[in-house]
Amino acid sequence: MRNAFADELTKLGSTDKRVVMLSGDIGNRLFDKFKDANPDRFFNCGVAEQNMMGLAAGMAMSGLRPVAYTITPFITSRCLEQIRTDACYHELPVTIVAVGAGLAYSGLGPTHHACEDIALLRALPNMKVVCPADAWEVRGALRAALRQDGPVYIRMGKKGEPVIHSEVPASFEIGRAITIEDGADVCLLSTGNMLPEAIEAAHALREKGITARVVSFHTVKPLDEACLSEAFARFKLVVTIEEHSLIGGFGSAVAEWVIDNGVRTAPLLRIGTPDRFFKKSGEQEYAREELGLTGHQIADRVARALG
Amino acid sequence: MSQMKREAPDRAALSREAARLRGRVIQMSHKASAAHLASSLSCCDVLAAAYWHVLRIDPAKPADPARDRFILSKGHAAAALYAILAFRGYFPEEELETYCQDGGRLAEHPPANMLPGVEAATGSLGHGLPIGVGMALSARINKASYRVYALLSDGENNEGSVWEAAMLAAAQRLEHLCVIVDYNKWQATARSNETLMLAPLVDKWRAFGWDAVETDGHDVAALANLMQNVPNGSGKPVAIIAHTVKGKGVSFMEDDNNWHYRAPTADEVVKAMKELGLA
Repeated sequence: MRNAFADELTKLGSTDKRVVMLSGDIGNRLFDKFKDANPDRFFNCGVAEQNMMGLAAGMAMSGLRPVAYTITPFITSRCLEQIRTDACYHELPVTIVAVGAGLAYSGLGPTHHACEDIALLRALPNMKVVCPADAWEVRGALRAALRQDGPVYIRMGKKGEPVIHSEVPASFEIGRAITIEDGADVCLLSTGNMLPEAIEAAHALREKGITARVVSFHTVKPLDEACLSEAFARFKLVVTIEEHSLIGGFGSAVAEWVIDNGVRTAPLLRIGTPDRFFKKSGEQEYAREELGLTGHQIADRVARALG
Repeated sequence: MSQMKREAPDRAALSREAARLRGRVIQMSHKASAAHLASSLSCCDVLAAAYWHVLRIDPAKPADPARDRFILSKGHAAAALYAILAFRGYFPEEELETYCQDGGRLAEHPPANMLPGVEAATGSLGHGLPIGVGMALSARINKASYRVYALLSDGENNEGSVWEAAMLAAAQRLEHLCVIVDYNKWQATARSNETLMLAPLVDKWRAFGWDAVETDGHDVAALANLMQNVPNGSGKPVAIIAHTVKGKGVSFMEDDNNWHYRAPTADEVVKAMKELGLA
């Protein structure tokens, strides 16, 4: 995902001279092409995320389109007040790009895990929260973000994730979910890089005689309400899948929507990370297995929920 | 008084403007029972020098891309900013009567995207300078020559984000950027240097790569000259450590930190106006 981000940013930056790249001292060599093409529009802001975010707001106030990038906790919780007050309150076109969301950097330990960022960011007025599922959705999300006149948060994995799409989905727009596969029994709404697990779950369910619709629900805020309305009206069970805490994340957003809209037609099963730090050493696949987030584990839970 | 540009500052005229500003801020604090009066009074000379002598601004064109930017990073002195913006014609002076009133635009800290002349919503300390750094970098990218001024309180120097911004500004040699520290030696509830050790403050800014100078923060002519001389040829951002007195201009408020929160009674307003030569 991060290579797609850097490549797409370089392309967008060559046509839109308002685009400025801000890095929190990460991405060694990742942005060399952008830097070569636009030496006056790349800044390594150092290990100083509060200043990076405030500086981004100052640039956006001056007509530029800054893109601020570093590892998820450092560009969200570390500088949350600058995001809230400087970017969101002023309604500025600041694009915040986080790498290593969820447990993507599991092996680096809990300092680098990020299972609370959706909850923090979606509570902020004016903020849009986008969690692309693969490298192509990253490109689509970045293009869409730079067309916005307000702040956008793009929550990425790391690199080398399975690629689901074969190009940037033509229908990609912020707030519009993408159906990947269709089915009749259960609707799996996946956000971010959990999509490969959701697809694996759908395939495992098919062997049990259960067919699933799989949706890349890449935008957590604003929600695609048409997609939700249809899903809750049509399926026996709706499932939210995220690599994020069950407190305040995608599943919470959907649950809020269900309550607020009086939807009673289908039960909701929420799959996400528990309310505790994951303290063991281990890579993302191990962490997912430990936390019940792999495709086959999701399939088992869905099958049990369907009875 | 019309805006005095580029000529030598008129000390007497700027001092009269500073006194008029203090008088209005005292009336506003009384009417609204609003806090932060003493913090506003300590920076009135800086504001008078900036808005009546230094800044290249046109109140009729508050969004002019070429304008100088002045960020009141110590947003708790909003009353003084509102008053001087009204004096300069950004909005009618009568609107100052709505300070802190229900439904108005003049909140106790400056709002975002509502009042012409307010560059940034401040009030949470440590935000104004990073925003100013972004504006100054934008000037370089956009090949503009405007200058960016950020007025910080001394307590605000407690915030780590100030020093993050200071180091980036120095590394980028942002010579069109100027910080003024209103060094009144008090923060909300205690002496500044007994809270977090700021001293020696000018040396700290110098050590962080700025061209830092100290001045009497109530000498309007000195302030005007220092602020006008940005960029100053050093190739560095400029820090003006302005030694001030909290509550300046009113004998019974000066250096008495109770006036961080207290608002004056009607009798106290009368006494203050006399001392300021406004009654």
